[in-house]
Amino acid sequence: MIPELGHFALILALCVTAVLGTLPLLGAHQGRREWIVLARPAAQAFFLLVATAFGALAWSFYSNDFSVTYVAEHSNSKLPTMYRLGAVWGGHEGSLLLWMFMLSGWTFAVAQLSRTLDDAMVARVLGVLGLVATSLLLFILLTSNPFGRLLPAAEDGNDLNPLLQDPGLVFHPPMLYMGYVGFSVAFAFAIAALLSGRLDAAWARWSRPWTTTAWIFLTLGIALGSWWAYYTLGWGGWWFWDPVENASFMPWLLGTALLHSLAVTEKRGTFKSWTVLLAIGAFSLSLLGTFLVRSGVLTSVHAFATDPRRGIFILVLLVLVVGSSLTLFAWRAPKVALGGSFALMSRETFLLAGNVLLVVACGSVLLGTLYPLFIDALNLGKISVGPPYFNAVFVPVMAPALFLMAVAPIARWKHADAKEMAQRLWIAGAVSVIAAFAIPLLMGGVTLLTALGFLLAFWVGGSMVLQIVRRFKAGVPPLSFWAMQLGHLGIAVFVIGITMVGGFQEEKDVRMEPGDTVLVGGHQFKFNGARQVMGPNYEASRGEFEVSKNGSVQQMLYPEKRKYFSSEMPMTNAAISPGITRDVYVSMGEPLEGKAWAVRVYFKPFVDWIWAGALLMALGGVCAVSDRRYRLRVKAAEAARITALQGATS
Amino acid sequence: MKLKFLIPLAMFAVLVGFLAVGLNRDPHEVPSPLVNKAAPAFNVAQLAAADKNFSPADLQGQVWMLNVWASWCVACRVEHPVLLEFGKSHAVPLIGLDYKDQRPDAMKFLATHGNPYDLSAYDNDGRVGIDYGVYGVPETFIIDKHGVIRHKQIGPITPEVLAGTILPLINELKKAS
Repeated sequence: MIPELGHFALILALCVTAVLGTLPLLGAHQGRREWIVLARPAAQAFFLLVATAFGALAWSFYSNDFSVTYVAEHSNSKLPTMYRLGAVWGGHEGSLLLWMFMLSGWTFAVAQLSRTLDDAMVARVLGVLGLVATSLLLFILLTSNPFGRLLPAAEDGNDLNPLLQDPGLVFHPPMLYMGYVGFSVAFAFAIAALLSGRLDAAWARWSRPWTTTAWIFLTLGIALGSWWAYYTLGWGGWWFWDPVENASFMPWLLGTALLHSLAVTEKRGTFKSWTVLLAIGAFSLSLLGTFLVRSGVLTSVHAFATDPRRGIFILVLLVLVVGSSLTLFAWRAPKVALGGSFALMSRETFLLAGNVLLVVACGSVLLGTLYPLFIDALNLGKISVGPPYFNAVFVPVMAPALFLMAVAPIARWKHADAKEMAQRLWIAGAVSVIAAFAIPLLMGGVTLLTALGFLLAFWVGGSMVLQIVRRFKAGVPPLSFWAMQLGHLGIAVFVIGITMVGGFQEEKDVRMEPGDTVLVGGHQFKFNGARQVMGPNYEASRGEFEVSKNGSVQQMLYPEKRKYFSSEMPMTNAAISPGITRDVYVSMGEPLEGKAWAVRVYFKPFVDWIWAGALLMALGGVCAVSDRRYRLRVKAAEAARITALQGATS
Repeated sequence: MKLKFLIPLAMFAVLVGFLAVGLNRDPHEVPSPLVNKAAPAFNVAQLAAADKNFSPADLQGQVWMLNVWASWCVACRVEHPVLLEFGKSHAVPLIGLDYKDQRPDAMKFLATHGNPYDLSAYDNDGRVGIDYGVYGVPETFIIDKHGVIRHKQIGPITPEVLAGTILPLINELKKAS
């Protein structure tokens, strides 16, 4: 009964979004007030209905209703409750429903938080979101219904893929989807602006907090996924340039460019068409990511069941959404995109250059991701593109972008003075050159990449310190000042992390008998043997390792090799001793003859700085969103509304 | 309308073209470089009779089929009935290659599900599999009278594949000198 309710709610949601996607848009176009005011209630109903459907599916998982095919395929009565809820988005159908739930949530938020925006604009924005929702709801209902019944019901479920049975995986997809889908709001604002022909600073000011919020979630989602891969997969890496990882990274790159471009549009009224194009691009790449993940056109570690029918459907959807918005862009952008002029030496130029570099980086990731597909489609053979390509292309593109990150905030708008900037930045330059050679030397060897890494990290960090010192002379800075500083600090911290790990990590693959020791990165690891332990739905061989440094035992580590009852696939659970300046990492390979095991031991200096950097960036985003300017505006609007109400009642 | 504003749309159109073609391709299907090359030689013990060996040279001059299987392989169970049917026809010698398996498990598998093979070679450490570029089980090779691999089937043999590809090829190869 509950699953049918969910299914029914989803069908109703489709009817509502069909209205939301048409009447308010037409109403705004023709100035028909009774259609314009439909937008908000329709958005609210849309959210309630999708939330009901989502709740119904979650309930089916919680209550182990194995008469629902999707539940039977992705859950099991022995699965712990938290993972049963995580299993809601453990497969194709459920993750699409999660996508839709997020979209309805964002739509609802726009409807609730846009009281100060004029009604026609809100109607257009919500209408565009309604159109996106309609096409995706059609996709879910026609090809990927999560509420299909299995008759007779299964006695027990297949269980969730063991890889996904991890706290990180419970939070990673919702975060990521919040980000992905959040760009739909920036997209809707951009399309609404093109439709209305009003591409002004007010539009940029409204778009900004939404874009930033989506970007925060995407940043955290990607970081969570990377962290999860690091500690669960047991491969010791944190990024693999897998097509699905790239699918989430590309919208991030464009989203980052969009954040900066929006700032320019708001403050200077320039870059308008560029901003709109980035807003369309960021969301299009989110959709493309969905297509790549769900259609199986590329091989990936995120192997989902594929169905060509679904692939065609998503492709058509992609063509409709992206094709029509780019057509609209080609048609309308030349008319609305007039901006102020600026000199070659100006903050605008630096920001534009940084933006172009981000777009180029995104393009190179896209090219590398789709290259196997291009080559195959042209009948030139089968190839795969791996990390060497991405590292070779990505570093040269991002290095100048990082260089500009320290320069642009110092430069004046419209016309900057190179001499003045050099005077302000020379200390940062000197510090970064010294750091570039001194730190790698201390760590044991200078290479081009490590020197470059520290040079850029200290250049960005140094510029930041100089800016902060200067800013404090003028009084305590507002939150928006810290937003940029924290965001850029996050990048510097992140670069230090990847440079340290890339340049100075140590790794050993060894065969260990109980009692054997191995020395990695100044730490001694003693293997005390492995024993069998039982988990709720798996059994594991748990190894015991004694980690000591300079002769004193620091800590015990217990990596596991798990075998889940439901599948024969063994799972590695690495044991990690984290630290600010280093992680030590033990993962069990295969059991060898007797009591010996193949063991992989890593020493990873500063690896946690990678995720700390991402957290700082996200924190910067939080500062940007919660800046006083936005709060004040909300308060002023609230006050105006209350006055108006009082005026009406008295 | 200025032309430069059409550039994004044009780029997107090209991308869609490639994606549409890509949809009809299977990225998991890797063409084997071994097709039309001589089948790699090996000499390993047989599964049922550990004291006897098998080598492709034993079948020189005949068209034959090499099917890589294992008792732990789930997809092999899917193709097993098709192989049993094919084995009954005795069209060509059907040789199994029991890949990275334990002998008792493999024997039990054949006893339970039936044995379609004329004989199975026992590739305990998977070395023969490496020579043949096996990356997923089951895989099937068709080898002609001159010991040249003429076809590689990746994944289970379905009745359609058997009737549409494998049987016509076998008939053709048997007629050829």
